Amino acid sequence: MNWTGFDTWIVVIGSLCAAACAVPGCFLVLRKMSMMGDAISHAVLPGLAIAFLVTGTRASVSMFIGAAIAGVLTALFTQWISKFGNVDRGAAMGIVFTTLFAIGLLLIGRAADHVDLDPGCVLYGAIELTPLDTISAGGFQVPRAAIVNGVILLVNVLLVSLLYKELKLSSFDPDLADTLGYSSQFLHYLLMTMVAVTTVAAFESVGSIIVIAMLIVPPATALLLTNDLFRMLLIATAAAVLASITGHLGALVVPGWFGFESTTTSGMIALASGVIFTVAWIFSPTEGLITKWKKNSPIEEAPPIQEGQVQGSTEFNMPS
Amino acid sequence: MLTETLESQSTFPTRNSEPRPEHPPEVPLAIHDLTVAYHRKPVLWDIELNIPEGKLVGIVGPNGAGKSTLLKACLDLVPRTSGWAHIYGKPYRKNRQRVAYVPQRESVDWDFPVNALDVVAMGAYRRLGWFRRVNKAETARAMAALEQVGIAHLAKRQISQLSGGQQQRVFLARALMQDADLYLMDEPFAAVDAATEEAIVALLRRLSDQGKTCLVVHHDLATVTTYFDWIVLINMRVVAAGPVNETFTRDNLQKTYGGKLSLLEKAAEALRSSPH
Repeated sequence: MNWTGFDTWIVVIGSLCAAACAVPGCFLVLRKMSMMGDAISHAVLPGLAIAFLVTGTRASVSMFIGAAIAGVLTALFTQWISKFGNVDRGAAMGIVFTTLFAIGLLLIGRAADHVDLDPGCVLYGAIELTPLDTISAGGFQVPRAAIVNGVILLVNVLLVSLLYKELKLSSFDPDLADTLGYSSQFLHYLLMTMVAVTTVAAFESVGSIIVIAMLIVPPATALLLTNDLFRMLLIATAAAVLASITGHLGALVVPGWFGFESTTTSGMIALASGVIFTVAWIFSPTEGLITKWKKNSPIEEAPPIQEGQVQGSTEFNMPS
Repeated sequence: MLTETLESQSTFPTRNSEPRPEHPPEVPLAIHDLTVAYHRKPVLWDIELNIPEGKLVGIVGPNGAGKSTLLKACLDLVPRTSGWAHIYGKPYRKNRQRVAYVPQRESVDWDFPVNALDVVAMGAYRRLGWFRRVNKAETARAMAALEQVGIAHLAKRQISQLSGGQQQRVFLARALMQDADLYLMDEPFAAVDAATEEAIVALLRRLSDQGKTCLVVHHDLATVTTYFDWIVLINMRVVAAGPVNETFTRDNLQKTYGGKLSLLEKAAEALRSSPH
């Protein structure tokens, strides 16, 4: 294996990106909205494409705004369709994000003649190339992707620590949040905006498919290992970083065993996330397969007999 | 033709010409002309109700009668098609701090990674306001609330590891944290053990002795006369409302439960066999 400064940057970018995704991802998983990450990560594409077609540049700011709008629209359309169309949420999501993604691909296709937005890159990203695109910061040449993902991670951590109590409340009991004056709608769309913006930042590096793994798998892993929301956020972030490191190492080393050249890092990061999840699933002290097997855990206790119910039914003598 | 229609429409009362509330401001909950519909099907129809202060009030009616919806409509959780509900003389959003809501236990995900104390502390969020964390004083109050419902020793237990009765007690402790004057409870007795049921009744009594008003959605007709001072019988419309001894009659139950005679017979039987 030949480790260079390039590889260090790839690992740093992968880690920043995965950690930035894990933070809002925890709330997606807890709200049972994991597929919303999937939907938004696809649906930001037309936002990106339109922002590009309108401004004619790949300037980050306009791209972010376009994507954020598209992300929030996905959440909004999903809600409308499930509410007024009387369709279930999953189906509504399926309608919205596939339509938006298709529009995005068409727009990119139209523009593809004279720009370098390519659909393959949209799907898998090109993390191996990100260290090439540098800007100078404080006298150092730093990859743009590292700065972008670093800033997004910082913003996500800041928002979650400021609104920790509000996000916890509205994720656990949205009705109570509303009655206490914390609009669950507002917090929902704030989270959706966070997911959209984070997705766009991750987009260039890992693409729209792998970003789903980053949003969902580390939080799901963390949920197997803890019963506490704060610890869940920490463990998810740690799992995300671990997956990035082992993912890139794996991409360099594993193909060699089979006589191939190195493979794509973003794919290996997703694979590593899956392996970490599996390990957590097997060895988790509370939820793990081994614990459950060791305990030979009995079935749950039967609910207590209710006073009144049984007495009542015995009082009415059934005709025999 | 068109003008005629418009003119005839203009004679209907509009939002602006709604009559002013005719109840004294100390009425904990006054509901006027309340109608709620889901997908154009009415769930509640023209509800008129004044809940007296300091009473333990049961809401009774068959499944799908709109009992839960009534509570939710008072809390702005479901849109009202018409009418209003006033809390101590003001719309809910101007008097939030005086109301505590205990939703049905199944309304939340009990696998959520929080412990009992965390959930109870949520009752303090209104006092804390945006961005501010739960402080030591509020944590102490949350412990005291858990103490009051008899499960202080389970404070650090993750909520999925609590029994149904204990989960219900957590919800009650959370409502106590809100330190409200009006408590709206959606089936607090559903699927709880006898000890919890007794503890909840004792707690409701304590609250009403302090002059608080409790409005409780209830299913078990056999215990209505023992638990409540006042009763509201609903089935989309308010069938009857008043003191239990005057209102909880065979006639009113027949009107509320309609043709479900077998159930009614059971209820009558339960009434007769009840020691009270």
